[in-house]
Amino acid sequence: MILVPGRSSKQGTSLNHGKLKQEYIDVTSTLEMNQDDMAKLKLVDGDSVRLKNDVGETIVNCIGKKPEDLPSGMLFIPYGPPSSQLMESDTAGSGMPLSKHMEVEIEKVGG
Amino acid sequence: MTDNIKIVENATCTFCGCVCDDMDLHVDVEEKKIVKAKNACVLGRAWFAEHTIEDAPAAMIDGKEVSIEEAIEEAAQTLVKAKFPITYGLSDTTCEAQRQAVAISDFVKGTIDTTTSVCHGPSGLAFQGVGESTSTLGEVKNRADLVIYWGGNPAESHPRHFGRYAVTPKGMFTPGGKKDRTVVLVDVRKTKSSPVADILVRPKPGKDFEVLWALRALVKGKTLSNDIEKDTGVPLDVLKDLVERMKNCRFGVLFFGMGLTMTRGRHFNSGALLALANDLNEFTHFVAKPVRGHGNVTGADNVVSWQTGYPFGVNFSRGYPRFNPGEFTTVDTLSNGHADAALIIASDPASNFPKKAIDHLKRIPIIVLDTKSTETTKDAHVAFRTATYGINTTGTVYRMDDVAITLRPAFESPFPDDETILTGIRKRVHELMLAKHKAHGASGEAKVASPSKD
Repeated sequence: MILVPGRSSKQGTSLNHGKLKQEYIDVTSTLEMNQDDMAKLKLVDGDSVRLKNDVGETIVNCIGKKPEDLPSGMLFIPYGPPSSQLMESDTAGSGMPLSKHMEVEIEKVGG
Repeated sequence: MTDNIKIVENATCTFCGCVCDDMDLHVDVEEKKIVKAKNACVLGRAWFAEHTIEDAPAAMIDGKEVSIEEAIEEAAQTLVKAKFPITYGLSDTTCEAQRQAVAISDFVKGTIDTTTSVCHGPSGLAFQGVGESTSTLGEVKNRADLVIYWGGNPAESHPRHFGRYAVTPKGMFTPGGKKDRTVVLVDVRKTKSSPVADILVRPKPGKDFEVLWALRALVKGKTLSNDIEKDTGVPLDVLKDLVERMKNCRFGVLFFGMGLTMTRGRHFNSGALLALANDLNEFTHFVAKPVRGHGNVTGADNVVSWQTGYPFGVNFSRGYPRFNPGEFTTVDTLSNGHADAALIIASDPASNFPKKAIDHLKRIPIIVLDTKSTETTKDAHVAFRTATYGINTTGTVYRMDDVAITLRPAFESPFPDDETILTGIRKRVHELMLAKHKAHGASGEAKVASPSKD
């Protein structure tokens, strides 16, 4: 699947409170996922999932989004420490890693 | 809350690149906090409310409280001893502080880079290759009748961009506000910005370049087949309609965000969009503007450019500035293991960088200036707690359209500002470098230029 990290309002307000505070950690650990994709993987809102690729892995909680809002195969997460664990460091000579287009595998954690 | 409330009119919010300078701040002078920020958006309200005076040491070395002078000495010694010192961050501080950081990097023959490299750095490359048809946000407000947002979600990242600059404000030639404008949003997903758009275009992920190139072809009168939808996810009729609107508007603007620069294609995406804007000037007036994230990231581009000739990713190891993204940009200097000391100013790479870069950052001595504790300050060899720009200190910042704005602070901080700390480090680094050159038998004065400002 394609993971797209980005800014959200809650991420923006919680980072002002403090990046080491629980609110920011919770916000940046919440993954938005197409509801149909969640059903295929037998996931419900709040379930923990493991995201992994060749770079690393991270565990986050998922919440469903309507298919018309988030297409099948796409994941969105407010950027922060969990998404960084999956970011390739190669910048292809540009200085910029592919921060918004990460290919990841997803699996349910804890059965 | 006490009764001692001071009102600071026309203060500036420096949270994002909109740099809105119409804040009326209600300041509790005794409590040293902002209790109300009139005109601020949701992000601005959090910015003003959460930047209070925290009980923390002003300076620490390896987690132990020290005097500011001791910390400056250790920071300078660390930078001078390093073979490949890097300076990074700078987008959330004043131009005056940024200027000092460039001088430090120059003296220690280090590398300076800003958060631009992981933001609109690819657009910076595209500007050099393609050029930029540009304008201020004031011109957009007064003239634009077609506003296109590409690869961004301003409703959440720049909440007042719509209301203050580009969509709803009534301008000289747009007296009806939103009624006089057509708004187009191009994004791979539906976002909180979507309701503002008259037209939504949803390309497949990673297909922005193909969509932009198809638009360029249509603008130039070329024929495209319906297969374009299979490749890009956007029907040919939608592209044709958009081209007609772009060619026939009075003043069009393309605002573009990280959806272009952080995905496959990077600077080619930004370059395609800039080229499209250039093409459209055959038919009407069209401009393109990157939507910038941090409060003074545009200032960082300006300061580093006017002092070195290049906007980011600049290396001084040969005694003169060299620009090479991919080599002197911070993700690369860290991931490749080249950097052996880091001066981080108002930024948190340990939170947002790729894992490999973070792993190396944790292995080298870091000097950090920040207003709050972060993942990066946790690993700092030398840590300075500094005052918040715009809230505690004055100075200059650049709005995302390169308009310079002077800050009006709300209340004093017990912590020094970034400029003060960096000036101290710069002076000490200069002394140490002079001594180093003299010890090697060279004419230090000739090798190390004197700074223009004490």
